[in-house]
Amino acid sequence: MMNRREFCKKSMIIAGGIALPLTALEIFNPKRLRAEKDGKGNVRWVFLVDIHKCVGCGLCVKACKIENDVNWDANVTRTWVERYVVTKDGHTYIDSPKGARDGFTTQKIDQAHAGLKDVNPDDITKGYFVPKLCNHCENPPCVQVCPVGATYQTKEGVVLVDRSWCIGCGYCVMGCPYGVRYFHPELHVAEKCTLCYHRLCQGMKTACVDACPFGARRVGNIRDPEDPVTKIITTEQVNVLKEEFGTKPQVFYLGYSMEVK
Amino acid sequence: MKNHVWRPLFVVLAIVGGILIARTLLVPKDFGIHDRGYMYGWHRISSEAEWKKFPVKYKTAEVCIKCHKDKYNDIKDSPHAPISCENCHGPNYDHPKDPVGLKIDRSRALCIRCHALLPYKGSARAKIPGIDPVKHHPEAECVMCHYPHNPTRPNPKYAKPGVKS
Repeated sequence: MMNRREFCKKSMIIAGGIALPLTALEIFNPKRLRAEKDGKGNVRWVFLVDIHKCVGCGLCVKACKIENDVNWDANVTRTWVERYVVTKDGHTYIDSPKGARDGFTTQKIDQAHAGLKDVNPDDITKGYFVPKLCNHCENPPCVQVCPVGATYQTKEGVVLVDRSWCIGCGYCVMGCPYGVRYFHPELHVAEKCTLCYHRLCQGMKTACVDACPFGARRVGNIRDPEDPVTKIITTEQVNVLKEEFGTKPQVFYLGYSMEVK
Repeated sequence: MKNHVWRPLFVVLAIVGGILIARTLLVPKDFGIHDRGYMYGWHRISSEAEWKKFPVKYKTAEVCIKCHKDKYNDIKDSPHAPISCENCHGPNYDHPKDPVGLKIDRSRALCIRCHALLPYKGSARAKIPGIDPVKHHPEAECVMCHYPHNPTRPNPKYAKPGVKS
């Protein structure tokens, strides 16, 4: 027969014994501890878009498609430019024909099945262009959902896809709140902006940044306080897209307006 | 205990062993946790090197200027100076070794990317001289009158007086 004291003692030992193996199974790995700490190297690429400067020429989209061998005619693109036209009656018309691969050359706004919308210039209160690309989030949801470890983030913060390892399940395409991922029309693997990793690693800028004649797109290292892009991000009014998702996007926007989605 | 009781256990052990062997053979050696930890850095590290090897096609205007100083002087004081050479002349690829990429785009479609008039107040686009592509000489190519390196001058190749910039 067991008395109450003994019962309490034993049940505590058992509870402790059950809890212990869970932590004991986690093998102490100094390499991983170091990796998970903040010291991830001294480069962290960030992107800065100045909406005021963009004219919607789409040369960035063209350069990106050629530089990165993105299928020219398929309706896929790693970066695109959106047009926002706000009218006096409070309506916002948004379009991005072919991702602005050929720029915006007409005042007619592509409203998909509703056809081309011809807005009277006198009714327009504001119109502007917003370039979009992968946000290379600090907490990339697309990477978390990958079941096979085919997509990952490098120490410089660039989110990449391992084409030989991707199984094409599409979780990442669904997981990205910014819709920047798509399927490669020929390889049938997930595709996305690489932030021109091959160029940045050689000390160059991304193809879209080099193609922009207006300085609307810039790339910089947020860990370098002397970087002009870092200075703008840290001292001026910048915004990010869909902050409420908690993804910590690393593409910053100057001249952001509330209509931008 | 009788043999038929143990037999399923051997089968299970064989399956588990088979999976473990297949795993060591199929999973690359460099697959594991890297710089960004378990959640974001679980990958094959040689994939990074593969992306780094991707060929650069746009070599930037700095490369062009090295040989084509005359063209640089032609454009440097023009309103078109900020436009990178490769936006119109095509990506460099391996020029001059292999000039395949350099296909000059003289088309109207290229010019109207910026010069089709879009009257959006406050937008930088509205500040660029613009035309209505449907009405402004739809029969002609822009370069027949305007000199692309410096649109403030008429194109000497087509010498047509009286063209406004």
